[in-house]
Order: sequence, then C-alpha cells, then structure tokens
Amino acid sequence: MIRLKRDYILNTLFLFITAIGAFLIFVILLGIIVVLFEESFPAIKRFGFLGFVLSPSWDPVKELFGGAIPLLGTLITSLLALFLAVPIALGIAIFITEVAPRRLKEPIGVAIELLAAIPSIIYGMWGLFTLAPINAKYIEPFLQMTLGQIPPFVKLFSGTPLGIDLFTASLILSIMIIPFTASVARDSFQLVPAVLKESAYGLGATKWEVIKDVVFPYCKLGVLGGIGLSLGRALGETMAVAFVLGNLNQFPSSLFSATATVTVKLANEFTEADKDIHLASLFYLALLLFILSFTILAIAKYFIQRTQYK
Amino acid sequence: MRVEIEIRNLNFYYGGNALVLKNINLQIYKNKVTALIGPSGCGKTTLLRCLNRIHDLYPGNRYEGEIIFEGRNILSKEVDLIELRSKIGMVFQKPTPFPMSIFDNVAYGLKLKGIKNKKELQDRVERALKEAALWDEVKDKLNQSALGLSGGQQQRLCIARAIAVEPEILLFDEPTSALDPISTGKIEDLIIQLKDKITIVIVTHNMQQAARISDFTAFMYLGELIEVGPTEKIFTNPEKKLTEDYVTGRFG
Amino acid sequence: MIKRRKIINKLALFFCFLTALWGLFWLFFILVDVIRHGLSALTPTLILNDPAPPGEEGGGLKHALIGHALITIVATLLGVPLGVLGGTFLAEYGRNLKISRFISFLADIMVSVPAIIVGAFVYAVFVKPIGHFSGFAGAIALAIIMIPVIVRTTENMLSLIPWTLREAAFALGAPYYKVIWQIVYRGAGMGIFTGIILAIARVTGEAAPLLFTSFNNSFTSFDLKEPIASLTVTIFQYAMGPYEEWHRQAWGASFLITLFILFLTLFGRYFIRRRLKS
Repeated sequence: MIRLKRDYILNTLFLFITAIGAFLIFVILLGIIVVLFEESFPAIKRFGFLGFVLSPSWDPVKELFGGAIPLLGTLITSLLALFLAVPIALGIAIFITEVAPRRLKEPIGVAIELLAAIPSIIYGMWGLFTLAPINAKYIEPFLQMTLGQIPPFVKLFSGTPLGIDLFTASLILSIMIIPFTASVARDSFQLVPAVLKESAYGLGATKWEVIKDVVFPYCKLGVLGGIGLSLGRALGETMAVAFVLGNLNQFPSSLFSATATVTVKLANEFTEADKDIHLASLFYLALLLFILSFTILAIAKYFIQRTQYK
Repeated sequence: MRVEIEIRNLNFYYGGNALVLKNINLQIYKNKVTALIGPSGCGKTTLLRCLNRIHDLYPGNRYEGEIIFEGRNILSKEVDLIELRSKIGMVFQKPTPFPMSIFDNVAYGLKLKGIKNKKELQDRVERALKEAALWDEVKDKLNQSALGLSGGQQQRLCIARAIAVEPEILLFDEPTSALDPISTGKIEDLIIQLKDKITIVIVTHNMQQAARISDFTAFMYLGELIEVGPTEKIFTNPEKKLTEDYVTGRFG
Repeated sequence: MIKRRKIINKLALFFCFLTALWGLFWLFFILVDVIRHGLSALTPTLILNDPAPPGEEGGGLKHALIGHALITIVATLLGVPLGVLGGTFLAEYGRNLKISRFISFLADIMVSVPAIIVGAFVYAVFVKPIGHFSGFAGAIALAIIMIPVIVRTTENMLSLIPWTLREAAFALGAPYYKVIWQIVYRGAGMGIFTGIILAIARVTGEAAPLLFTSFNNSFTSFDLKEPIASLTVTIFQYAMGPYEEWHRQAWGASFLITLFILFLTLFGRYFIRRRLKS
C-alpha cells in the first residue's frame, strides 16, 4: 500500500516535471515575442509601423531610425539566394531519388546535408577570404562582360566589382540553404507511390516527363514547404552575410553594391548602441525579422506536416 | 485468330538472381481477352509486367527468351520503351489518377504523343471517356481534380487515359481488386466491349471474373505456366490435375 | 517527336547531375580551403598560448578554447535535461493532447528561428538587468537553441518504441514513470544520445547568439559570471581585424571547429541510421 502511494506521488511528480519541460518551449517563444516587443516599444512609439518600415534613414546622431534598407537588404539577399538555390536543390533531390545509382544515393545525400552542418561563421570567413576575391577578380567582371551587356540587365550588373556585395552574400546564402529544400524535397519525392510513376511510364512517358508531370505535382506541398524552410533560414542567417555584405545603410544600386540586412545591423551595432532609442530600433528590427521568419517557417512546417500525414 | 503476342521460352530474374518466371511459352490472340490466373506469388503479375517492360524501371531485373510483338522481339536492347509503352497500355490494381484535372489526366498520353490541337484533344478525350463509360458522370466537371472522383470512377478514368492513346494491347493488373461489386461490374462490361478494338491481358485472382470476361485463360503456378486454353475448357475440363484443383477451389 | 522528348529527357537529367556536382563542388571547396589554411595555422602555440598583443606573433587561442568549452558544457547541462524531459512529455504523458501537437509544432519552428534573435532575447533578459555580459548568458542562449532540437529528437525516438512494449510493462503492474525510465528510455537511449550529439554539433558552431551574451574576453577566464571568449566570436573579431596574424589564427580556429562539428555530425548520423535500420 505504501509502495503504491509512493509510486503515485513519484509518477505525478515526474509527469509534472516533464510537463514543465514541454511548456518551456511555449514559455520561451512567448517570452521572445513579449521581450522583443517591450524592448522595441520606444521605437515603435516614436516611429510607428509604416514610419519605421518605409524610412531609409539610420542616423544615431539625429536619432532618426528607419528599417527600410536593412529590411529590403534582408529580402533581396534571401530571395536572390532562393532563386539560386531552389533549382539546384530540386535538381539534387531528383538526382538522388531518380537518377543516381543506388550505392551513390546515400553518400551524395550525406554530403549535401553536410553543407548544413558547416557553421555559418565558417561560410562567412571562407566567403571573405576566398570567395569574395575570386568573385571580384573573375566571376563578377565576367558577368559584367556577358549578362551585363544584355539591355535589361545592364543596371543589375553595373558598378565596380569588389566582391563584398549582394552577389557574394546571396551566393553564399544559396549554398547554405540548398540542403533544406533538397532534403525535404527528397523525402517527399520518396513518398510518391511507385505505381503512380509506373502508370505514367506505362503511357510512354520519359523519366523527366514522369518527374515533371507526376512527381512534382504530387509533391507540390512538400516542395513548397522545403522552399519555405530555406527562405526562413536565409532570412535569419547572420554570420555568413555579416562578413561579405558590408554594413552600409544605403539602398543597393546593383548586384555589386554593399548594403545591410537586419541581421548584419544587429551583429554590428547591438553592442555599440549607446542611446536607448538606437537599441530600441535594433530590437524593433529583430522583432520584425522574428515575425517574418516565424510566419514563413510556420507555413512551411505546416505544408511539410501535411505531406507526411497524407 | 491472329496471334498478337508470342512469348517464347521466357525466363525472368528479379533483382539479380531470383528466377521468378520459368520457361514461359504463351500466345496471346488479337482482340481476345486473355486472363492470367493462379495463387498469389505464382508470377502472373510479373509476367504481365514483362509485356510492357515496366520491370526495366528497377535495377537488376533480367529477361531471357523472346516476346514477339509486331514481328520484333520486344525484349531486345534496341526496343524503344517509350514507343512500346504507348502501344501497350497498362491499368493497375489501385486507381492511379495523376494529380491534375480529369481532362488533363485523359489528355496526358495524347499530349506526350505531341497532339497539341485543342479541338482534337477535346474530341479524343471525349471519345475515350465515352468508351470508358465515364463521360456522363464527369462531362460537367472536366476541369476538376481527378482525385475527387470515387474509386470506381478513378479506375475508369485510368482506363480512359490508357485507351485515349489507342494502344494495340491493354494490360490489366487485378483492376477491380480495390473496388466494390457495382464498380467491378461496370469495369468488366467495359473490358468485354473494349476487346473489339484492343487486345486485352488481365491478371485476376478472382476466378469468376476470369470465367465471366475472358476468352482464354492461362493458369500459372510457382513461376511456371501450367496450362493454357479456351476459358471454358480450363474451367470445365482442364487437362492437368493442378489446374483442376485450383479452379475448383481446392487451394489458392 | 519521340527523339526530341528523349533529348529533353537526357538534358534535364544531366542538369540534375550538374546540380549535384554543384553542391559537392562547394562542399569540397570550403572543406579543402579550411583544411589547407587551418593546417598551416595549427601549431602548439595556437592551442596553448593566450593571445599576444594585436599584430604580434606567438599568440594563441587558449582563452577562446577554454571559454567555448565552458559555455558549451553549461549549455548542454541546461539544455539536455530540459529538452529530454519536454520530449518525454510530448511522446508519453501528453501523447494524446492537442496541446502536445501544438508544442511539437512550435518546437519544430523554433529549430529554425534566427539564432541572433535568441541572442537579442537573452541580452534583454539576462545581460541588461545584470549590467554586463557573462558566460552564463551565452550558455543560456545556446541552451535555448538546443532545447527545441532535443525535444523533437527525444519525442521522435520515444515514439519509435512500440506501444505494446509499454503495455507489457503496465501489465506487470509498473507505474508509468518506471515504465518510462526502465523500458522506454532504455530502448530509446541510443537514439536520444545521438540527438544530443547532433544538438551539440549544432550549437558549437553558433556565433550570432554569443555576440551579445558572452561577448568576448582577451584573457583566459574560468568565470562564467564575466564576459568570456569563444572560438566563434574570436573568429569574427580576428577575421574582420586588420592583422595577418589574426587571420591566420582565425583559420586555425575555423579548422578546429569544423573538424569537431563534422566529426560529431557524421558520428551522430551514423548512429541514427543504424538505429532506423534495426
């Protein structure tokens, strides 16, 4: 009897402790939202929403702060990275599931996922010391000479190629986010019933036609989820971009100009902000970034979950 | 009666070494329904899948022998599988509607063949759906997703998709095993009608079905073809003891 | 017509092959570069010495190595128990609750939430009220990043244990907590352990959340109540600095970190794979 009672107490106790662990997730998330909001409140009060989001000024002396440039920089680098990464990632997923010989599937898959294991600070440093000089010397002049000569792209590829610019930052980001789209897409491709593919082959479709017309539409949600996951990652990436984008509060005029992102601004100015309104503005940027990336990640995860329970 | 397909001394190996079809010799007649029956694991589906070489999708599968169709051995390396499969269609055990509209499902094979003319596409989709006895049920919702149809409708859609490209031969792999009796009846009627234009090979584990719809029946057991002949003879007066035991339900 | 389709097919599949090459190319480019620069920077002084004055030779990263290890260990001590407990609730006691699905979904999102935001959060909650940066704040930031990762892997690993196994133990009269400790944890132990390894690998490379929390320190310190150096923040500082010698050391630090993380990741993946196969 005593033992039963002791078991009951211990069990309730353990239940309670594990529940705390689980609800901690909730508490942390709520905490982040509340704290970011609270800390950015002076800036929200002073500049409002549109007044902050649309204003390009970032002047610690006059105490005028606006997020237009870093927000735009974040969007541009992330979308450019996505533009470069998505076709590659989908190609990799197709290669692994449909093309590669069986004994190569596993090693290639692991190697691609290692791209996600390399810390972003390593990407950043490698970008600064290795990739940026190569871009400045070879790749960017080459792009200027070729694509940059075609009328609609002239503006896009103008300016002096220095390597510390949108192009290098987006290229590095794109490499970093490849594994996220690739692995989600690969998983959902593998969920396509073999018989569905066989019935397309049975009509005389080529492999590519089967992939394009049956596999892709079937996996639409999963692929979109994977892309969303990559986008969420790109938006919040800090260190890799901090090294190669500069921190220049200026709208970019071409792919070869430096600008700023939300994360770069935070990394560079957070510990140096000596005025309260400056810090509050940085927190405001962090809050906006958090809301943006959280929303995108939530949608992406929702899509991915839907494909798994289908 | 013309022979459409002639299978000569066919051996088939799964994933490298396992011999699953042993020395099959079988003639399939034009515009007839040939049923392949036998207990599960006897190789009837494997044999069916040799006929459009769908086995080639997976590494390690290997054929020996000959399957003669239109005067050529379709097991030879030079055969264009894409062309072959557009002449020999297939309908699977479970309905396999593609994730697209009803119209696009039926038009898919036609578009692959390069037919772009809208009018022609519409005509041929309509004809295929009519032949598959589905037209009246779907004519008002051709642009809706095919995934919204019932199981029986989906299976008839798959048949429409297969006959739209006007194949010479249609392979059915237990096409009614996932369907209710009413849908099954509709599909059986359909198969009987289709044989005027198309040669049909059907795998079934349902002996009544084979008796109802087929002209010829081949009984397989453990990867071997035991007996083949007119359906009536196989079911009433088989030559082999094993066949008799199976068709009378003594095992299976 | 068929010929054209076949050519398109070949081209498209060849493009897929090229994309795989593209991915592998960058992986090898980065790894080879880090190894090449890193090996030439790797000397006993790099590991054993404190930093020399800026620009001078002979300095080392002892301070950052020690600081990094301390922060990571404390973060692990905080994050692992909380994460495992949370995952246990989601997979066991709260298995059928709607709120558990929701928390699990939130944890999934938190795995990808920008790390620098966690840094800003910890700054506001721990650094600002106390008035200075501290190693503990850094460890808390890393623990916050670790927790959702461990919650999710624990939940997944526990869910792999067949329910009948628990029923068998219940039938013998065991209370639930004993079933969890003696049956479920034992069965899922290897999987959870791997999840922990992967979570450690993940946070070891983080720099962003440490920038505003543990900050930096040019001297060796064991005091987590004070600012403390870490390899990643030091890499950021050194690489952005003007001195050749700093750059060399930053490569050395990068090499050590990359090697450590790749080793942990491959090790962890190998075990997860073996577990899923069995």
